[in-house]
Amino acid sequence: MALPPEHLEYAHRGYGMDQSWYEWSMLPARPAVKWPNGAKIALWVSTAIEFFPLNAPAEPFRAPGSISTPYPDLRHYTLRDYGNRVGIFRIMKVLEKFGITPSVAINSAVAERYPRLIEEVVKRNWEVIAGGVDMGHLHHGGLDEAIESAWIEECLATLRSATGQPVKGWLSPARSQSMRTMDLVAAQGVDYICDWVNDEMPYPITTQNGGLTAMPHSHEINDVTIVLQYKRSEEEFTQHVIDQFEVLYAEAGADNGRIMALTIHPWIIGQPHRIKALENALTHIMGKGGVWAATGTEILDAWRGQ
Amino acid sequence: MAGVQKSDPDLYDYWPYLDRPKIVWPGGAKVALWVAPNIEYYELDPPVNPSRKPWPRPVPDILTYGARDYGNRVGHWRLMEVLDHCGVRGSVSLNVALCGHHPEIIEACAKRGWEFYSHGIYNTRFCYNMDEAQERAIIEDAIETVKKHTGQMIAGWLAPALTHTERTMDLLAEYGIAYTCDLFCDDQPQPVNVKQGKFISIPYSLEMNDIIHYNVNLGAPRRYADIIKANFDQLYEEGESSGTVMCIPLHAYAVGHPHRIGPFAEALEYITGHDDVWVATGREIAEFYYENYYDKTAAAIAAQKVGG
Repeated sequence: MALPPEHLEYAHRGYGMDQSWYEWSMLPARPAVKWPNGAKIALWVSTAIEFFPLNAPAEPFRAPGSISTPYPDLRHYTLRDYGNRVGIFRIMKVLEKFGITPSVAINSAVAERYPRLIEEVVKRNWEVIAGGVDMGHLHHGGLDEAIESAWIEECLATLRSATGQPVKGWLSPARSQSMRTMDLVAAQGVDYICDWVNDEMPYPITTQNGGLTAMPHSHEINDVTIVLQYKRSEEEFTQHVIDQFEVLYAEAGADNGRIMALTIHPWIIGQPHRIKALENALTHIMGKGGVWAATGTEILDAWRGQ
Repeated sequence: MAGVQKSDPDLYDYWPYLDRPKIVWPGGAKVALWVAPNIEYYELDPPVNPSRKPWPRPVPDILTYGARDYGNRVGHWRLMEVLDHCGVRGSVSLNVALCGHHPEIIEACAKRGWEFYSHGIYNTRFCYNMDEAQERAIIEDAIETVKKHTGQMIAGWLAPALTHTERTMDLLAEYGIAYTCDLFCDDQPQPVNVKQGKFISIPYSLEMNDIIHYNVNLGAPRRYADIIKANFDQLYEEGESSGTVMCIPLHAYAVGHPHRIGPFAEALEYITGHDDVWVATGREIAEFYYENYYDKTAAAIAAQKVGG
């Protein structure tokens, strides 16, 4: 028995990456970055307003947090909907206490279902990022191009109309893309993409329809990863956030700037026993000095301006 | 060789951790410490091996692909600083195609006197179902690629993504490779039975491996430091009667995250702060073992072999 010959052929073996979306680039080799007012850290808090449909398909896979027991999975459906009814308002209070304006990735289905919630978001000037249609509409390699394009159009048109904002950021549900997702969102006026987890700073992406910037929307310092996947306690959540922050702060040093991205979901961190874990982490970070809390677009504009 | 599966890999003899010839590492050290950063390249869309899928999600699985790429863009540089700080030269478990993709990483490691050994071509190319000619081709590729980019003859082998065939160890020995990292059954080096020549296993620990800790056992950063220190304390104590080997296999895409690097650095400082530790590379441990203990151990194993 042998493998077909293609298994020992390496078409992309050579300098740089094996795809053409972005260039190989080592973080320490890049020029220093300066943030407004000499801040060392740009703190980017991102939250999410999501709809996990009761009939989400099992194929090609289910988004983390998706319904998972046999239909009708009221348990997970309502646990997630808790975030939109209750948890998000706890997050709003904590962020207001520190004067932090976050970015929020919204599934357009929520804008149609809960306009009252969107009003509260808009009133607070939160920056709206497009989060896809809902957590059952996953972009993936097997998705028909026309369908994918229509989903993106539906998401962006709904959110732009509901919020009056330009909506320039994109976060795919479950960070899942097809080979064309970035081409399609770039064609529809998206400016930056939040799906990539390979960097701690912005970097350029090339698409067939112009450029995008990859923004380091955190997957690790993210309550889905820390609490749902790693099953950490509330104290450990706070510790992870502070540890991340302290290392980035030290690395920024006297003449560089770093981004501390913190991703939170109202159905996780918005639970009564967890919300203080967020507050405690932010108390540490915002008490430090040299921290600029900003939205994704604000950070991107400052980064591009140098 | 397809079809019949054996109950025993026939690679080594049972050899209890009792009454073995005493090992003393250079300088009278009790523990030989080696740190093995895996420097890997995962392809976005590789050919799919019939025995294993390259990615958990459908291609393009940009989440996992990106998480691996993070190690090269960001994590490696942070991890290398910690090793520099502790005076540790890495023994790089290398997907050799990375020499072409990211030569800057290879140069930075070579400049520090790190060892390079083979971890296959890419971590998305698996050895399952290869015939002998194909397996020879990847071994020759690894030897030639590492020699061309670093001048080093590879001494060690960690199968790509831990994928093997029944003939792997025989072929490695035939090509003059000195040690395998794929056998996890001991805390000291041991002879491996091969068709021709000599071959040994150097302990490479899955228990101390950051990927097993973080991605399989879902461990916390401070607990990682705790188990590294506990593993070391025990091996240091036992090393008094006969020298032990401690390996810390790493992946910059796991341990190199800001919230994880601090506790790891503290654990490595703890270990290297002890007097009787030989901070070595895999090649150095293998060379010392061949020179001083291989024959003695092989003879002792043969003498105690049941029916032998």
